Amino acid sequence: MSEYNEHHGYAQGRSHVWTPEIIRDIHAKAELGRYQIRGFSTFRKLPSLDEIVFLPAEMTRLPLEGYREHCETKTLIGGGRPDLVERPLELAFPVYLTAMSFGALGTNAKRALALGFSRAGLATCTGEGGMLPEEREASDKLIYQMTPSRYGLDLEHLRMADAIEIVIGQGAKPGTGGMLLGMKVSEKVAAMRTLPVGVDQRSAARHPDFLGGDDLAVKIEELREATDYQVPIVLKLAACRVEQDVKIAAKTGCDAIVIDGTEASTAASPEFQLDHTGVPTLAAIPVARRALEDIGMLGKVTLIASGGIRNGVDAAKALALGADCVAIGTAALMAAGCNSPVSVGGFDARADYERLGTAAGACHHCHTGRCPVGVTTQDPELEARLDPELGAERVHNFLTSMYYEMTVIAKSCGKRNVHNLEPEDLRALTLEASAFTGLPLAGVDWVVGPQTFGAAG
Amino acid sequence: MAAGVEIEGTTAVVDADAWPSRINRELRRLAEEEGVREIIVENPRSRHNLGVGQTADVTLHFKGSVGNYCGGLNSGTTIHVDRNAGWGTGEAMARGKVVVGGNANMATGASMRGGVVHIKGSAAARCGVSLKGGTLIVEGNVGYLSAFMTHAGDLIVCGGAGAAFADSLWQGNVWVAGEVRSLGSDAKIVEPTDEDSARVHGLLRANGVDGTFAFKRIVAEQKLWYFNNRNPEAWLKI
Repeated sequence: MSEYNEHHGYAQGRSHVWTPEIIRDIHAKAELGRYQIRGFSTFRKLPSLDEIVFLPAEMTRLPLEGYREHCETKTLIGGGRPDLVERPLELAFPVYLTAMSFGALGTNAKRALALGFSRAGLATCTGEGGMLPEEREASDKLIYQMTPSRYGLDLEHLRMADAIEIVIGQGAKPGTGGMLLGMKVSEKVAAMRTLPVGVDQRSAARHPDFLGGDDLAVKIEELREATDYQVPIVLKLAACRVEQDVKIAAKTGCDAIVIDGTEASTAASPEFQLDHTGVPTLAAIPVARRALEDIGMLGKVTLIASGGIRNGVDAAKALALGADCVAIGTAALMAAGCNSPVSVGGFDARADYERLGTAAGACHHCHTGRCPVGVTTQDPELEARLDPELGAERVHNFLTSMYYEMTVIAKSCGKRNVHNLEPEDLRALTLEASAFTGLPLAGVDWVVGPQTFGAAG
Repeated sequence: MAAGVEIEGTTAVVDADAWPSRINRELRRLAEEEGVREIIVENPRSRHNLGVGQTADVTLHFKGSVGNYCGGLNSGTTIHVDRNAGWGTGEAMARGKVVVGGNANMATGASMRGGVVHIKGSAAARCGVSLKGGTLIVEGNVGYLSAFMTHAGDLIVCGGAGAAFADSLWQGNVWVAGEVRSLGSDAKIVEPTDEDSARVHGLLRANGVDGTFAFKRIVAEQKLWYFNNRNPEAWLKI
């Protein structure tokens, strides 16, 4: 008996069914009568881009000089069918800022991101809730989002956009609408969305005026008619039934498809949806690529991958797996100070993290609007902690690092263009990654699963 | 000048059959460059996306039926449809007017923010879904799940409403004269004040609808949990 006590009880740390987190969760639900809603991404361990590696050039091919020779990075969103789009969206390299609404983010964060991405020659996206004038002004290239809620949707703004993104779903919470908790529905946000101030905003999951692929094709034509065939139209899908979804999406006549993996973050989502829905980015990209190939739409529809892209190497892996471009969100927020002990603006936020019951490096409080570093908040006092100019500089710095990571790795693989990265440049480190992607295992070059499946096929 | 267009004075008569596609560009050009005040479109043949994204202060007259999204994103143009309309008539419009002589299919006036959509017949399911402003008048009945998630504006139904009427509405003014098959979540019927009733009848008269109706008003009960969850502390507990 005594030896059990010495180890803090017989069951301590042993149950993998009833873990301390699960028990705490049940106690909280028993108190509150609801499920957990929070910001940030899933905490689960998922099959990840870390489980694949590049095979740079050795005896079979020549590398390019990493710091001397040029590697092309120019990227077009749309333009695969030139008759449909007058102005494809041109990016200096294949990265843009994913949709994060004004509401989820404050004005200073929007401005910092817009300036930073513009300086890097990249695009930003409005997210749900309409076009913020400050964001349009600060963004060289702005993607305007049309969500099922249609908050703030306006012809004039559609015509001011450099691309239009129709949201079908998002990786953080597929099959549901957007969510913005009442603490962040400020007077300005409420006015832009025609909502009562301070209510929890739960957007519609379905678009009001189309139901499936056939009528979405008509809807896309409507948007083209309204914007006179000037800008590309992007469909954003959460990664679910990737093969079928991508095939249907590609046939609606859109110019680009975003496939948003389950690692994608959010400002607010039920935790069970963050954790238990969708397909990880690693697994989704090869299937999406194959789906486009199958129906002869490769090169006609741009494939964009998002969800858990953390740096230039992740982006390069996504490209090699089959994406034409990636979109980042959380990484860009972090560049602007998210989860930093001191805000980009010099405010020491450690005590505030502590008051939220969290700490820098482990904060998930986008949903409460109490962001200690002024990024995901509508509170003027908190927002002032982020200096948009300094934020822009840091975002630009981070994007520059992504550019170098992508090009250096591409050149080490002997590529003059990052878009020439291909599945053959990759190998899987785990059986799981091999099975998900069709990539051969590193060294032995065995493929797990049917040889015809995935990227290597 | 595109084929199939005849201009006499400030009126243009166009034959939609002569235009394979991109009809709105030509409609905009006629209004903006040719100084036309009225455009009569013959043979609309239920084509989709007629009169989309128009901004000029002109009248577009479709001599027949139109397909989906007629008058979608309208920002100032007056549109008349002689017969029936497809889905999403006047969707997301900000200004102007769309009048349909017959019936309209699903999602009439979806997410409209301003202006007037006037259906002289009946409108199908999801009429006035996500309404954000403006005036949406239906002289006949509206179908299932109409006024879903209404935010603002007036939906005035002179006939009856189908099931799940005004489900999850936030705010906005939903009026119905006839029978309501069933109310949606969080919707309740209240008796309008005399002032309310006079205002609604005024809106109808301004759009040429005479008569006196005994309107019921539908409002949110505000019992859905998102209406009273304004305490950030509650979100810190898990």
